[in-house]
Amino acid sequence: MQVKDLTTLKEYTVQTMENGEEMVEDAYAGDLLSDVMGNAPSDSILITIQAHKNTVAVASLAGIKAIVICNNRSTPDDMLQAAKEEKIAVFTTKDSQFAASCKVAVLLGKVDASKA
Amino acid sequence: MQEIPINTYTSPNVILELIYRLKVKDVMTTDLVTATKDTPLRAIQHIMREKQVTGLPIVMGKRLIGIVSMDDIIQALDKGYINETAQNHMTRNLIVLEDDMPVSFAISYFDRFSYHRFPVLNKHKELVGMITSRDITSTLLVEINREIEDLEKRTSTTSLSDEMNGEIHTYSIMKNDFENAGYASTEIKKRLKKAGIQPHIIRRAAIASYELEMNLVVHSDGGELIAEYTPQEIQITARDSGPGITDINNAMTPGWSTASEWIRSLGFGAGMGLPNVKSVSDEFTIESDMNGTTVVCTIALKEMEEV
Repeated sequence: MQVKDLTTLKEYTVQTMENGEEMVEDAYAGDLLSDVMGNAPSDSILITIQAHKNTVAVASLAGIKAIVICNNRSTPDDMLQAAKEEKIAVFTTKDSQFAASCKVAVLLGKVDASKA
Repeated sequence: MQEIPINTYTSPNVILELIYRLKVKDVMTTDLVTATKDTPLRAIQHIMREKQVTGLPIVMGKRLIGIVSMDDIIQALDKGYINETAQNHMTRNLIVLEDDMPVSFAISYFDRFSYHRFPVLNKHKELVGMITSRDITSTLLVEINREIEDLEKRTSTTSLSDEMNGEIHTYSIMKNDFENAGYASTEIKKRLKKAGIQPHIIRRAAIASYELEMNLVVHSDGGELIAEYTPQEIQITARDSGPGITDINNAMTPGWSTASEWIRSLGFGAGMGLPNVKSVSDEFTIESDMNGTTVVCTIALKEMEEV
């Protein structure tokens, strides 16, 4: 799927998206940045509650293309600025990490929605 | 003859990897023309001519029950039963492939049996495709082309990474400076990218440098991160001026952490830093006393050919 396909999810707000056309193949959920750094696959979507600039640094280094910030947490300006520069998309949602993971899994075709 | 002139055990590694990595489903034709057992052989003959195929799977729903080949049609014309239905004249004794099998399997089937095509079933035993030796050779050609392109790129990488030879960059890192945290690692990543190093190696260097950089920010009184490049490897050194690690064994244990609640709330201090660095490095050393800690890790920039 492409990064911009995340906009099809209801009430997922785009905070920045300079790379809508980029392809993503996987996702990773986690709030421990070391764990994300070490284990998140590249070309993936990060689902997290860590709404700060360092998350963008980790995403950039790990090759993550989009960050979904859960639980309605707000994204500070310096985070969005960094994301813009690194061409990483940031979305916010009121979903929990679990709910977001389920929806993203369906978008990625990892699970069949009709059987879920 | 349908034999595919690639053997499945002593070909070059690149080819072996390809024929094991590619699955039958990556190669097969999924645009299927089928008939049922009640279709007259005459009609099948017309379909074959029209669609330019030399064998037609006979199905019942999604289930494969036989094949009518060009040979069967010739026999029918010869013996005068071309107007009868497929039911009594199709080949029922079928050899099939599964869509998840590696292509190497298909190649050995073509070598072993004299058939020109094999039906492909999925794990629910439904007909999902047909495979001919032509499907295999054309996909292999495309993939081989891509591999060669990669190889050429890698050869030119050599000269690019030669260019970095002897470069040393030193970044000073301040205690609790989360604002700039990640800058040094990002610079290192960019440098390697510019030199055309392969992405998965860059990723390892990025993980090592980021963890070391964050360690300096979170745990040390300040220090420096030094990146040294040679054509063969990058060496990353993190050096600080204290306070030192009390027990290095603990620090190397995944999950062990001395980070404060505040640091943890930012997502750091999971106790995975040094273990992560070690796992992505080809060489790793750590020394620590009251005067400070030095971690040196080395990552080879080219993969060693496996012997």
